[in-house]
Amino acid sequence: MSVMEDLVEKYFRPGRLPHIWCPGCGNGIITGAIVKAIDKLQLDKDEVAIISGIGCSSRSTGYLDFNTANTLHGRALPIATGLKMANPKLKVIVPSGDGDATAIGGNHLIHAARRNVDMTLVVYNNSIYGMTGGQYSPMTPKGSKASTAPYLTIEPSFNLLELAKAAGATYIARATTFHVPTMVDVIAKGIQHKGFSVIECVTACPINFGRQNKAGSAAKMIEWQRDHAVMMGAWTRMTDEQRAEAKAAGKFPIGVLFETNDVQEYTEAYDEIIKRAQGGK
Amino acid sequence: MLKFVSKRCKGCGICVNFCPKKVLEITELEKSAIIKGKEDECIECGQCEMRCPDYAIFVDKE
Repeated sequence: MSVMEDLVEKYFRPGRLPHIWCPGCGNGIITGAIVKAIDKLQLDKDEVAIISGIGCSSRSTGYLDFNTANTLHGRALPIATGLKMANPKLKVIVPSGDGDATAIGGNHLIHAARRNVDMTLVVYNNSIYGMTGGQYSPMTPKGSKASTAPYLTIEPSFNLLELAKAAGATYIARATTFHVPTMVDVIAKGIQHKGFSVIECVTACPINFGRQNKAGSAAKMIEWQRDHAVMMGAWTRMTDEQRAEAKAAGKFPIGVLFETNDVQEYTEAYDEIIKRAQGGK
Repeated sequence: MLKFVSKRCKGCGICVNFCPKKVLEITELEKSAIIKGKEDECIECGQCEMRCPDYAIFVDKE
């Protein structure tokens, strides 16, 4: 048995595969990377909780054999926060989509980041609302076609990671479904990081984004990721001019973009306040 | 040796595209398979297994 086959046997619920995702959808690659990261850290199934909202990405909890809950659209983070507060020992992972995390759950995202709750948010960024038929999301690149923008979108998209960082996230990273080992690595580091971690996983929606935007097959869309992602090391070595040029060409950095351990984690701060309220200090 | 879990394969063709030795194809039934006669050309690099979004192809290294 190969390593991956072993992991599927070990961490996926028996009899649930094949999954519902479309042919060529990258969500399976990201869900596989989450499982590989958990296995890399040798975490016990019972110490991991995976909480999702609504959307294509959020279906992942149904396939995974951990403590899981498929909750409300955009509201996975508040529920995950409650879970983490009740049992801070749990490693809480929240798979979410670009729409779920930045539109419906945008407010919850910035406040979870502000509080620096020790959780790992994995955003499956496929640039579109896939499940509902290809409406544009806050992360659809400007100038894309969508079922709600037949004459192209006119809205600039969010830079999710800069948004999360500005709101207070203490770990931000990005990977693509082409760069699988990088994805496993940044997710594992995010789980280990004590604080709010946001990982953007760039993935292809060949059916509802790809078709409308003539992006070609799933494989072509993955090749686009290969050609536009730049490793963080190379990105930081660029001159400002080169970086501006790369950005104009649609390129983006991948890897760990920012990490700090200088901000107190929320459940720790809460423990202190309980002690103080009980007259401990 | 490659192991195909046909029940899960959706014929997306990602494995065919990224196979460096070009030994894979999508059959008439829209499933990934090794091209007849090319069984020995597979180098078991694991690209197909790593990239398959459906956990439908594995490299079984004895």
